[in-house]
Amino acid sequence: MMKLTEEQQAILDGAQGETLAKVMKTLVMFGEAFGAEKMVPVTSEYNHLVTSFGLKLLGPVYELMDQLLEAGAPSKQKFSVDPRPLDPNVPANFLQKVIFNHFMYSKQDFYEEQLQKLGLMDKDAFTCTCYMDEVGNKPKKGEVLSWAESSAVVYANSVLGARCNRNSGIMDIMGSVVGFVPYFGLLTDEGRKASWIVEIKTEKKPEAQLLGSAIGMKVMEDVPYVKGLDKWLGTELDDAACTYLKDFGAATASNGAVGLYHIENLTPEAKESGETLIKEDAKVYVIDDAELERVKSNYPVIWKDKDATPKLCFMGCPHMSLQQLKDWTERVEAGLKESGNSKVVIPTVFTASPAVLAEFEKTDFAARLKATGVITSYICPLMYMNNPLSAKMPVITSSNKLRTYTSARYYTDDEILAQITKGGR
Amino acid sequence: MREFKGRVVTPGETKAKAVVSHVGFNTLASLQKPLQFGDKTAKCGDQNNPDLYGKPIAGKALCLPQTIGSTTGGMVLYCACAMERQPACMLFANHIDSLAAAGAILADVGLENVSMPVIDCLGEEFLSYVKDGMTISVKEDGVVVVE
Repeated sequence: MMKLTEEQQAILDGAQGETLAKVMKTLVMFGEAFGAEKMVPVTSEYNHLVTSFGLKLLGPVYELMDQLLEAGAPSKQKFSVDPRPLDPNVPANFLQKVIFNHFMYSKQDFYEEQLQKLGLMDKDAFTCTCYMDEVGNKPKKGEVLSWAESSAVVYANSVLGARCNRNSGIMDIMGSVVGFVPYFGLLTDEGRKASWIVEIKTEKKPEAQLLGSAIGMKVMEDVPYVKGLDKWLGTELDDAACTYLKDFGAATASNGAVGLYHIENLTPEAKESGETLIKEDAKVYVIDDAELERVKSNYPVIWKDKDATPKLCFMGCPHMSLQQLKDWTERVEAGLKESGNSKVVIPTVFTASPAVLAEFEKTDFAARLKATGVITSYICPLMYMNNPLSAKMPVITSSNKLRTYTSARYYTDDEILAQITKGGR
Repeated sequence: MREFKGRVVTPGETKAKAVVSHVGFNTLASLQKPLQFGDKTAKCGDQNNPDLYGKPIAGKALCLPQTIGSTTGGMVLYCACAMERQPACMLFANHIDSLAAAGAILADVGLENVSMPVIDCLGEEFLSYVKDGMTISVKEDGVVVVE
């Protein structure tokens, strides 16, 4: 049984109304399912929510949000939220626009109003990479979070050293509304220990998305301790390493349920505590180039015509960093120069948070990227793809997360560059 | 016929035909499309799940190791319950994961007249024994009868 403080017990007993009593009951039951003995305060400055879309099917969620507002229970923290599902910058045909605006996301304006009332930190705080400096929702090491969004949770735990369980949508705001979360799993020292050792033995730098995918499928929700990746990433969390880990982590969390990984000599807890983070009976998974090729070749291609010419390319799931946008500008320019083309040959969208895009616009890279024909957007590509019309489109991506949830076809970064600058399959 | 004993996460009794996933059940990938586009049988939309892809899930006894994927998972499961397109029960070989637990508990606390018993810790043997189409009976005390 969970021991509650007087304050928590009073909420559970209805001192702050029926709605908050239900919220507390939900959190207590949730904690008890995992053996939690207490609730602990949420200590981060901001929260992050996963539900950003006014999807008709989520009616029951909006009703719950309304109940919170009616109970006078806005979030105790301001929060950011996942990316918007719509952006007029992104190519869409007439039918898609009708479906997006009048059928699928017809509740978008209504829901954004709800979010404003509940405590959205900024009207444009819509991104899955809220931890970017430009966005400003970057928790500190050791802080306790009530976040959802699998890629953000795994990044906050692993790269920033914050403490957060893989909370579901709705649970994320419930923890923030009462200001407490149940203490179990990744919030505890024991829960942050690794039950897998992953040994990287590749001859070249492993593709972040493939490596994350392989590890996610193998370890499911366990914590992996990864050895040998520092050879390729170095021992400092510089921009390049953080970007790599952002994409790697998203793949571990979508092809598995990883909420925390340790990278030897690189991530904060691995640097501090080294192999003492590994459990005694940890299993071992060795990854070489052949294993990554095996994982890639097993990805199903669900295009009706597997030889179709791609009609759209999405990059940035999770959203790209500022440095990623700059690097890709140079890569696309170089690819076009080599191929003799002046613009990309497949409509291509790079996605990033509104705040990162605003900073990007201040650099000369923005005009250079625009000249290549690449479009920038704050959209959630996953939300764009999740309807029958988009699902029929041959879309390519180097995001394993996008591949996992939609009909988009995966290619490595180099293959994507060749496709968008030179064409061919 | 065999009997397995697990832990009750959300209580209830039911009888239904089994659908079995031997890999992690990706809730978003499996349920988003059927919920979005009016498929009352909730056919699994997860291309990465060879066991369940294309099979109806609503009203079935969903047998699985755990759920995986997006943290919208619990919310999607809650919505499936609110729309009455949920599995008849969810039977986990492993300890339940945080997303499935969230969805099941949100539905249990927040929705009246919706029942989806959830039992976990049934063991790997349960998942090896149970096959698609077998009849599953779930008792209040966490006993699961497979025949």
